[in-house]
Amino acid sequence: MNTLILKTTSRFLFTLLLLLSVFLLLRGHNEPGGGFIGALVAVGAYALFALAHGLSAARKLLPLPPLRLVGWGLLVALLSALPALLLGQPLMTGQWFSLLGVKVGTPVIFDIGVYLTVFGALLAAIFGLEEAAHHPSEGA
Amino acid sequence: MVVASIVAFVGALTAPWLHRWLGSTAGWALALLPLGLAVYFASLLPDVVEGQTLRHSLAWVPSLGVNFSFYLDGLSLLFALLITGIGTFIVIYSGGYLKGHPNLGRFYLVILLFMASMLGLVLADNVVTLFVMWELTSITSYLLIGFNHSEFRSRRAATQALLVTAGGGLALLAGLILLALMGGSLEISELLGQGQVLREHPLYLPALILVLLGAFTKSAQFPFHFWLPNAMEAPTPVSAYLHSATMVKAGVYLLARLQPALGGTEVWSSALMVFGLATLLTGATLTFRHTDLKRLLAYSTVAALGALVFLIGLVPLTDYYAAMGFATFLLAHSLYKGGLFMAAGAVDHEAGTRDINQLGGLFRVMPLTGVAVVLAALSLAGLPPVLGFIGKEVLYVAALQAAPAWMVGLAVLGFAAGAMLALLLVVPFFRGQPPQAVHEGPPSLWLGPLVLAGLGLLLGLFPGLYNPLADAVASAVKGKAVAYHLKLWPGFNLALLLSLLTVLLGVGLYFLYPRLQAWMAQEPIPGPENAYVALLRGLMRLAAGVERLLQSGSLRAYLVWTFGGLVGLVGLALFHGGVLLWPAGASSPKLEQVLLLALMLLGTIGALRLRSHLAMVVVLGIVGAGVALVFLLQNAPDLSITQFLVETLTAILIALVLLQIRNIGSVPRGRWLDKAVALGFGSLVTLLMLGVLAQPLELHLSQFFAQKSLPEGFGRNIVNVILVDFRGLDTFGEITVVGLAGLGVWALLKRRQREERP
Repeated sequence: MNTLILKTTSRFLFTLLLLLSVFLLLRGHNEPGGGFIGALVAVGAYALFALAHGLSAARKLLPLPPLRLVGWGLLVALLSALPALLLGQPLMTGQWFSLLGVKVGTPVIFDIGVYLTVFGALLAAIFGLEEAAHHPSEGA
Repeated sequence: MVVASIVAFVGALTAPWLHRWLGSTAGWALALLPLGLAVYFASLLPDVVEGQTLRHSLAWVPSLGVNFSFYLDGLSLLFALLITGIGTFIVIYSGGYLKGHPNLGRFYLVILLFMASMLGLVLADNVVTLFVMWELTSITSYLLIGFNHSEFRSRRAATQALLVTAGGGLALLAGLILLALMGGSLEISELLGQGQVLREHPLYLPALILVLLGAFTKSAQFPFHFWLPNAMEAPTPVSAYLHSATMVKAGVYLLARLQPALGGTEVWSSALMVFGLATLLTGATLTFRHTDLKRLLAYSTVAALGALVFLIGLVPLTDYYAAMGFATFLLAHSLYKGGLFMAAGAVDHEAGTRDINQLGGLFRVMPLTGVAVVLAALSLAGLPPVLGFIGKEVLYVAALQAAPAWMVGLAVLGFAAGAMLALLLVVPFFRGQPPQAVHEGPPSLWLGPLVLAGLGLLLGLFPGLYNPLADAVASAVKGKAVAYHLKLWPGFNLALLLSLLTVLLGVGLYFLYPRLQAWMAQEPIPGPENAYVALLRGLMRLAAGVERLLQSGSLRAYLVWTFGGLVGLVGLALFHGGVLLWPAGASSPKLEQVLLLALMLLGTIGALRLRSHLAMVVVLGIVGAGVALVFLLQNAPDLSITQFLVETLTAILIALVLLQIRNIGSVPRGRWLDKAVALGFGSLVTLLMLGVLAQPLELHLSQFFAQKSLPEGFGRNIVNVILVDFRGLDTFGEITVVGLAGLGVWALLKRRQREERP
């Protein structure tokens, strides 16, 4: 896709959407939002950027390949479940503590895991399909 | 005992490494594991013969009453000694028999794992532990039969054995659970005390049938006997160990173990006696068809297993003879049959053939194996002075005491075939000329047969050595203390006459054998195996038919089946459940709702009329956005945001997929089936919604979450708190699925790219 308007606006929109996505993720515990929604917004940002600037440009903006993000996401979510076990409580019991006046807890960390997993999995599908779209094949 | 079991499993896991380090001597080193266990169990002998029982338990799922609990009495001790004792020689023998085989390390691993599972099976007190071990022996047996997995026959035999025994295992599981429910405990030791309750329970018969199915399939009883001879595709150490001495006796063990609880009814005794005798005769008759050493021995094993089941059926009908006969014949058979199998393998290994018509003069070149075969054959024929003679004598006494005359007669016939087989096995060692360059194998090949056959002789000459343990075994089977004096020479009685008759008949059959064999081997005899084959073939055909119908490869067909099926099934439930309701007191719609509805309808109509796929996706987006707005109007911002985002990303994904299909053309007209299914699904959801709204709103959970969200989850967004805290584990499962789905999409796309760009 080669339009000047999309190319220009997508740069701003990309940044804004990513900020919005992190914002949604972090405030999710108290206001509408959360890891799942945040991840969907982030995927939208990357999908838009890839449409405007091409796949490789979008890939360069990723810290890790999408499927690695899935792995990290699942690991983070799993690790957030474990501290409760060390304290002799049932798995996934939320542990809360205050960090510089902000309440942080394992459920928030778990939500970050959700965010990374959903983001990685959807992006893997979209990037994969977009890559394949450049080599379309006959039939279904 | 728990430690012994764990040692057995862990020891088995080290086998491949030990094999790599030690090379060809690994067999001798690995044999130390079963040997050590055998010594341990032997050290428990004094306590057990005094009538003590040992019990150890390790909690597993205590809330359900499932424990790793172990129980040792005479019966389990005899089996444990057989498993570890014969196991020792089998491991040594394997080292010689499979010398240089590329997969020998794996073989050691699986056969030792089998040993550990079998030990667990006979020691288990908890029925769940027993079942798990039972299935583990089926699985290891499968792996061992199919050890030569490049051979089609091995694979087929392995699958057959697995399907038959694991299928029976499922029945057994159901039976054991029924018993546990009836008796109120999962521990066998406690169920044994509940015999009265179990036998008078209305579910006694179903439970009994299920348990018998499990035991009969495992112990190759008629009509499930056919898998055992086919399992002879396995390497000989496996045949000697699993398919004669130990695993096939698991069913017999289970019946003996449960005898005090389930036995004593007419159906128990008649079922076991009839099926046992049928198996004995089937095994005896089919012996005549073969000339292959291993097949001959396999059918004789089938016969012996039948005899053991027959004896268990007799236990409640006699005072102690049947229990004692069981204890003696069981040991005798394991010793002589294990030895004979190993000897047959040694002959095959050295002479290159197992056909008795091509073997001759072996005694001169293989004297040690020859001695072992002669001693074991004496036991098989039931001749003095070996243990097999005593076992058969006591068996005859028991049968004469309680079984009808015709059953005794048939049993004599069955044993006569055993005597004939003994002659068949011994003759090639003495008559004829040895094949070229045949010589005695290495010690690993003759040590096992010689020791096992020698033990048969030793215990035959001095039955007092075995007497205390035999008493303990018989007591466990009988359910009360038994003391009986085993003697080699019981004096002249009817049983002795029957023994004589058996041997004479056997000799007669031996002379008839060549002609009978030629006649019987000619034609295939229809048997239960045909039913098995037909069943399997029918299942495959059914699966293929269902697959053609449901998994046609067309995405549209999948959707039609999924949604059509959903409409049919849920619609039926709605109709029958009587929840086709109209909500009372529905409020009249507001203006913005009407407008939204009109917008969505417009989108739907547009989607139906458009002929371009891409345009359709975009127009359907209007419907999705409308739904999101409805959520927003209903004060559900979370749902609304999610709906918007999902709608957007779905549109992108579908557009990307559509781009891949080059010759997609335009959407064809017609498609009435698709439209009907879509309409049906829409109507179904509408009806469901109406039905739900007509019910009084259940606020129990909503209130719970609303109250607990902030104080316990430290969050005001109830939806999010539920997702990441209250129902966190569910979410974890869901994101795992999402992650795997992403991986799946990626893998599919990669594969296609590779196919296109080789």
